[in-house]
Amino acid sequence: MAAALRGLLRGGARPGLLPAFPGAARPSGRTLAGAPAPAPSEPEDGGDLHQQLLEEPLKHSDFFNVQELFSLKSLFDARVHLGHKAGCRHRFMEPYIFGSRLNQDIIDLEQTVSHLRLALNFTAHVAYRKGIILFVSRNRQFTHLIENTARDCGEYAHTRYFKGGLLTNAPLLLGHSVRLPDLIIFLHTLNNVFEPHVAVRDAAKMNIPTVGIVDTNCNPCLITYPIPGNDDSPPAVQLFCRLFQTTINRAKEKRRQMEALYRLQGLKGAEGRQAARPLSGEDTGLSLDSQDPCPRSHSQS
Amino acid sequence: MAAPCVSGGRVLSCRFLLWGSVGRRQGLLKAAAADLQTGSRSQILRLIHTTVVTTKKNVPASRREMYTEDFIKKQIEEFNIGKRHLANMMGEDPETFTQEDIDRAIAYLFPSGLFEKQARPIMKHPEQIFPKQRAIQWGEDGRPFHFLFYTGKQSYYSLMHEVYGKVLQAEKHQDQLRARGLLPENTEIKDLIGSRWLIKEELEDMLVEKLSDHDYMHFIQLLEKLLTLQYGPTEEEFIQKFRRSVTVQSKKQQIEPVQYDEKGMAFSASEGRRKTAKAEAIVYEHGGGEIKVNGVDYLLYFPVLQDREQLMFPFHFLDRLGKHDVTCTVSGGGRSAQAGAVRLAVAKALCSFVSEEEVEWMRQAGLLTADPRVRERKKPGQEGARRKFTWKKR
Repeated sequence: MAAALRGLLRGGARPGLLPAFPGAARPSGRTLAGAPAPAPSEPEDGGDLHQQLLEEPLKHSDFFNVQELFSLKSLFDARVHLGHKAGCRHRFMEPYIFGSRLNQDIIDLEQTVSHLRLALNFTAHVAYRKGIILFVSRNRQFTHLIENTARDCGEYAHTRYFKGGLLTNAPLLLGHSVRLPDLIIFLHTLNNVFEPHVAVRDAAKMNIPTVGIVDTNCNPCLITYPIPGNDDSPPAVQLFCRLFQTTINRAKEKRRQMEALYRLQGLKGAEGRQAARPLSGEDTGLSLDSQDPCPRSHSQS
Repeated sequence: MAAPCVSGGRVLSCRFLLWGSVGRRQGLLKAAAADLQTGSRSQILRLIHTTVVTTKKNVPASRREMYTEDFIKKQIEEFNIGKRHLANMMGEDPETFTQEDIDRAIAYLFPSGLFEKQARPIMKHPEQIFPKQRAIQWGEDGRPFHFLFYTGKQSYYSLMHEVYGKVLQAEKHQDQLRARGLLPENTEIKDLIGSRWLIKEELEDMLVEKLSDHDYMHFIQLLEKLLTLQYGPTEEEFIQKFRRSVTVQSKKQQIEPVQYDEKGMAFSASEGRRKTAKAEAIVYEHGGGEIKVNGVDYLLYFPVLQDREQLMFPFHFLDRLGKHDVTCTVSGGGRSAQAGAVRLAVAKALCSFVSEEEVEWMRQAGLLTADPRVRERKKPGQEGARRKFTWKKR
């Protein structure tokens, strides 16, 4: 199983086979109605630059180099391998458990490493494409930490009582044309009564991909990118928060850099084309002050 | 529209006024169609199949419109222009036309005999008419502004987050002090006596959000927890935002002014009532404890001990038993009612010779409150006010 995962990582993204990036089809996000949300003005002439901007990261297996952010040793030091007692074990977590010592389950960190790489890579891609990321947890010990993490990386958090139809009945609860999250990260999959969080099922219903830290008493079934690991110790949760925050910030920074790069390239290209052609009457030229990531080039060569 | 938008108690925007005459049904259908967030094809199908009955059902559900900022701004402009027109109509200066003048002018121009005050025509600033609503919470790209938007109650939860952060900080600070042994032993109770926590309705107004009782309870508990810790002036200021002052009741107590008669003796006069008895008492500041009722000594006028005890109560309470002279007149009522009336009058008069603290004590003892109990009328079909006729089974 680990070998198959490693194969996926090496092969990189194959848009035909891997539907793992649903955002690729609709880069501007989704609304509940199914129609794409009105994207910020995307001029069709500069569209090829924008497309290039979005496709470039998909050609590499680890474009954002998330694997350098952690190592097996750092996970071990943060006590990520410690699970619950054997009596609490969930049947579907058995593949991820390395063994049991003094009746306490130990999680296989090799698998954790590969799963974590996939999950962080996916998170980074979603953040790169300006998706909305929602951190969900119902463990009161870490509410403050998770809300701070979400605020610091400019994303959203929901660590409070989850109202029933928040995702499935969002127009009524949140507003008429609200945009739903594009990724939900679960730092604790269970709620206060040790039942699976409602958002796991609702996200699956609404086709929202999920990343989740699953402990030995959790059900990893409906989670798109499960990360087997400890979700009860403070050092473990702090490590995961730090990792997610760094990944998201890195991805956003990368996006800003790529936009700047492509804007410069676009400018140079337009200048080159202008120099090649003799002056024509309707030369609107390039608006250098525009805020568009893809400057309007009025003629396609 | 340049004409002033005078509206009834409930808001009738101009759109509705136009609809009322012409295309009401069409308008309803349009509203229903706007609600249905489906593709255009199914929209057309729905338009064909729905009747007026079903559209009427949907209208109340969509009644909670979001007033956009532009709409409110337009309403404010219209209001200001209308105010000036109204001032011109009434022949007054448009610059100094206040809200009271507007109210008077509208009452003059549109006289209404309706009993319900809120159903009469009003012309007020749109801020007072349109309920305070939240603007749209997200930007052009759809990303919400607040990081707790998806919880549903963003202001409340962000407030809880903030207060919890302060609690953690204060605890850390306290731990550091304790580690260095600098913890001050005395925990002085801060100025909490004259203030109360704000009530749930006030908190809802502050946050522009609906809260449940549990939410409110948790919030107050968290603030109480913060109070038990050591905190600095910034936290003090933060906490004061959630406290409201309680007006002390006795400040409303009317204290009679001290008067001087022709001999230069200081006295104070007041009146009291009990059932149908009315009494007026004059209490002299210095005296030997003589009490004259209707020109007669109190021992003769009130032979019963209970009545004399009632007269004695205010003096006994203030420890001034033999120090004042009283002259009073009383009429109406019975023996006990007259005694109660005189007691009230004497207590009120004594307020002028006594400190404010003692006045508060008297108020709390019930000496300054008029007894509202009067004789209840007899009802037909009953023998007395409450007593029913004897019930006979057969």
